[in-house]
Amino acid sequence: MNRQSLTRHSDFEWWIEPTGKMRVPAVIYAGEHLIDEMDEKVREQITNVATLPGIQRAAYAMPDAHWGYGFPIGGVAAFDPKEGGVISAGGVGFDISCGVRALHSALTADEIEPLKEELAEALFESVPAGVGSRGAIRLSELEMDEMLRGGAEWAIGRGYGKPEDLERIEEHGCASGARPECVSHEAKKRQAQEMGTLGSGNHYLEVQRVAEIFDSTSAAAFGLKVNDIVLSIHCGSRGLGHQVGTDYLKTMVIDGYRPIPDRELACAPIWSELGQHYLGAMRAATNCALANRQIITHLVRGAFAQVMPNADLALLYDVSHNTCKIEQHSVDGASRELFVHRKGATRAFGPGHPDLPPGLRDAGQPVLIGGTMGTESYVLVGTGESERLAFSSACHGAGRAMSRTQATKLWHGRQLVDELRAKGVLIRTRSFRGVAEEAPGAYKDVNAVAEAAEHAKLARRVVRLVPVICVKG
Amino acid sequence: MPRWEHFSHGADIGIRGIGESADEAFEQAALALSAVVADISTIAPKERVEVRCDAPDLELLLVSWLNAIIYEMAVRGMLFGEFHVAVSGHSLTGTLIGETADPERHHAAVEAKGATVTALKVARQQDGQWMAQCVVDV
Repeated sequence: MNRQSLTRHSDFEWWIEPTGKMRVPAVIYAGEHLIDEMDEKVREQITNVATLPGIQRAAYAMPDAHWGYGFPIGGVAAFDPKEGGVISAGGVGFDISCGVRALHSALTADEIEPLKEELAEALFESVPAGVGSRGAIRLSELEMDEMLRGGAEWAIGRGYGKPEDLERIEEHGCASGARPECVSHEAKKRQAQEMGTLGSGNHYLEVQRVAEIFDSTSAAAFGLKVNDIVLSIHCGSRGLGHQVGTDYLKTMVIDGYRPIPDRELACAPIWSELGQHYLGAMRAATNCALANRQIITHLVRGAFAQVMPNADLALLYDVSHNTCKIEQHSVDGASRELFVHRKGATRAFGPGHPDLPPGLRDAGQPVLIGGTMGTESYVLVGTGESERLAFSSACHGAGRAMSRTQATKLWHGRQLVDELRAKGVLIRTRSFRGVAEEAPGAYKDVNAVAEAAEHAKLARRVVRLVPVICVKG
Repeated sequence: MPRWEHFSHGADIGIRGIGESADEAFEQAALALSAVVADISTIAPKERVEVRCDAPDLELLLVSWLNAIIYEMAVRGMLFGEFHVAVSGHSLTGTLIGETADPERHHAAVEAKGATVTALKVARQQDGQWMAQCVVDV
């Protein structure tokens, strides 16, 4: 992105002042290097978001922003329904409530080392991953609707996990206001065999080691020490969420709010019938994602129990990064109820936020940043400033630096797996081409993204995690 | 000659079909979609699935067509390597020919989540060839 067309407010904050139909400015949080690398499409898309009705303060792009669908991936925008605010299917994304869940084990890296191969096999056998993988759970129509209303709470009621898990999931594991009747028959059919599956693409299950601590106070609050073993799950709402996104994108393109600068920004007024139906369906898909990650958690605990029965995997946190949530925010000195879209962006509540569970309220919310199978991931913590800067939001991952097509020309999956093994990272996959498409070199430097989030004061780095085992979706 | 290709999108992948008619361009775009998922030369023509789609315009018809294929792949657990399309106005009938996905043989790389309206274009080009393209979320 050309820096000269941006107004620099600080080393990590760049503005596009409102022109034409923009109702608010667009603000990009990133260092010089990330700005230089950023796709020009991010500028175009975040500028378009700033034209939507009811948008508050500014349209924001996180340090990992890249070309998305209508909204950039790494985009944040909040809308006030009282000012004609809209909800956008593209602003949430196709994989509704895709997110990261981190489990903290009682094990150290040294304890895992001699049993790594067995553990990798047990995880690969236990959690269905990859294209067309099927879960063992089949739901009747009635049960499907119960799952869509109950989320992780439903899953725990069925024996997949522990009640104490709920405290460490956004909204206590259940998005309220879900309306299964607004989810199409096709979406439910697509989900019929996909409960408890990881999916494919950039989704993964990783055993990780805490390699470095940046903020010892927050690390202590999260219970994390160097060499601790963490397990991270990155996946979303599977076929149901994808179909809800597909169904409503089409309907919003045909019957949604007009005029819009680009068809892919299709949206509907929040209080319109279409807007309300989408919200009900999106919350149902959110519950599908939460139930899915809960079932996978149960499968992971079972796999660990076979190999290392003393793992004691407790939930550190579960946070979604493709969402629209109702939140209270201060605008022009008044507290307002806003619909905050985060497309490829993570909620990052700072210390003292009333929605955080007691165990995390003093420290702030863990912000889980997924990296690549060959590099690293991060746990950050929300800051007090983040609310003012970007409605309490931060980045969600490294963000791709090149397309899948380019990646497969540069890397070979089998060779990558061998190279990573030589570095001590075990990969389990059903597709070497899939590994090549997800090559670590195809992503931006997650270290630079995490550092930029910290310098911009969106969130603060707590620990760096390095992969030990990766089950690739 | 009808043909298909992929084009770059930051996070996902663009698919493009080119042919003598809109029918052919849609068939080729479907092949490009299948090739995102797996090597289409490995897919045997064992089963046929019929679909019907309609939309308010030709471009959204392409999105509906591709989403119908994605849906059939997902719910049937199949891969398709051959397509026949008859476009009539803003509707079409299509035949999808393929087989049940086999992880050992097809090594499918990635699921398609949905066809998007990003970089969506269906048009007759200056050389008289039809082109149909969009980005697919994977």
